[in-house]
Amino acid sequence: MSQLATWRTGSTRVLPGFGLSMGISVLFISLVLLLPITGLFGQLAGLSLAEYWAIITEGRVVASYMVTIGAAAVAAIINAIFGLLLAWVLVRYDFPGKRLLDALMDLPFALPTAVAGITLATLYASSGWMGGLLEPLGFQVAYTWVGIALAMAFTSIPFVVRTVQPVLEDLPAEVDEAAMSLGATDGVAFRRVILPHIWPALVTGTGLAFVRSLGEFGAIIFIAGNMPYETEITALMIFVKLQEYDYAGASAIASVVLFVSLALLLAINVWQGRFVRRLHGGKG
Amino acid sequence: MRRIGDAPVVRRLLIGAALVLSALFLLLPLVAIFAQAFSEGVMVFWANVSNTFTLHAIGLTLMIALLTIPVCLVFGVALAWLVTRFSFPGRRILQTLIDIPFAVSPVVAGLIYLLLYGRNGWIGTWLDGYDIQLMFSWPGILMVTIFVTCPFVARELIPLMQAQGSREEEAAVTLGASGWTTFRRVTLPNIRWALLYGVILTNARAVGEFGAVSVVSGAIRGKTNTLPLHLEQLYQDYNAVGAFACAALLAFIALLTLSAKAGLEWRAARREAFA
Repeated sequence: MSQLATWRTGSTRVLPGFGLSMGISVLFISLVLLLPITGLFGQLAGLSLAEYWAIITEGRVVASYMVTIGAAAVAAIINAIFGLLLAWVLVRYDFPGKRLLDALMDLPFALPTAVAGITLATLYASSGWMGGLLEPLGFQVAYTWVGIALAMAFTSIPFVVRTVQPVLEDLPAEVDEAAMSLGATDGVAFRRVILPHIWPALVTGTGLAFVRSLGEFGAIIFIAGNMPYETEITALMIFVKLQEYDYAGASAIASVVLFVSLALLLAINVWQGRFVRRLHGGKG
Repeated sequence: MRRIGDAPVVRRLLIGAALVLSALFLLLPLVAIFAQAFSEGVMVFWANVSNTFTLHAIGLTLMIALLTIPVCLVFGVALAWLVTRFSFPGRRILQTLIDIPFAVSPVVAGLIYLLLYGRNGWIGTWLDGYDIQLMFSWPGILMVTIFVTCPFVARELIPLMQAQGSREEEAAVTLGASGWTTFRRVTLPNIRWALLYGVILTNARAVGEFGAVSVVSGAIRGKTNTLPLHLEQLYQDYNAVGAFACAALLAFIALLTLSAKAGLEWRAARREAFA
């Protein structure tokens, strides 16, 4: 351990435990997170490029990308608006039931996805409380892509609320007082003064919600109907290939999903890093 | 001085919209779970819960959660200690790497474990020689559960330990305390609530994980069925009331998680007010 401690890069390191915590962390990350990903590449190595391309561009698979991305985009937009509204109301106003509403925001993270899945499917089926109201009006939610978007929006709403909320809280009262005293209307003041402050957080939260929606499985499969080409999501495609023992096919599609979600995660991290630096630069 | 959105009409409109939408979108599903579970009375609910297969699923789910928590706890504390107390090349990379489980689809998480440890994977083939099969049995479920839950403790601890800094620990060490004593007497009291919340989140995800577990479990009733998998089977068998009985148990754990969070936040706010 003393050997490792001489690798120090910062100022004098008085605290112990560098070697131990480094050892545990690196061992864990290697074994639990990185090693399994090599299994995926091992499987892919058995495929030629042409075979790989054929699998990931097959009609039914491409249709599943479209369904997944389209529904996730709709869910993200809904969440951006609804999440901003909720964060605003929770930060700016006092009203009875506020603490309860705040606690309720975390429900989608705490509730197992399969529970959310069967509940939404039951509520929005034609015999359910919501489906019974909506279907006579011509809105079919269950077993359509609308249901998929709804399930995605449900599971990812906390990302937007919990990212925007702290930024709104930190906004000093003088900011909007100044705007209001100069005679701006609520709408103009919000757009010109509040939005520029919170939009990096709003984009981050919406981005995280979108990434989560792309990979969501449990909440969606019950309400989706899972019709090939119509309401089949990519995560389910992987699952179907696995049940057919088509490991190569499952891996090829999974590699696309993995690549896209890691790229998006990295983009969000870089984006957030820039935004945080800018904030600190502005303050100090 | 008036602030943006303070006009009574705007205020009422926005609060009203937020309440109505949340009630429909978040509260209604919660109510529906319990309404469905008890739709045929308390006796039927009880019969569903005390069914042999359900009891087995509850037992397996609890066992997985109990084994997952200590592993995630040790990793989370070690990683948080490492990245907040020392600076070294690659620190940011480590912090990004632990977000992988959040970005990876649960089905993909299950798949990569199946590929490596399954019959065709290189570790799986090697273990097969010793007649050890990890996939389609409880060790596989445990492994993927650890994968999906490992960021929670670290993620709760890192911002807090970063904000607290290491001055107190440095003082203790300078005064001659051993590393373990410093951690136990100085660090632990400072981080215990965040640690507790990290454990609660880990537990919530561990008992509820579905996608990753369904890939590696094989879902054999009375053997490798966790509660979420059992619930799915009941639902597919058109036993909705039975499925919602299991859902109600899981929803109850979710409600405990939410109240624990509210309680811990209330505690933190009160301490801040007195500080």
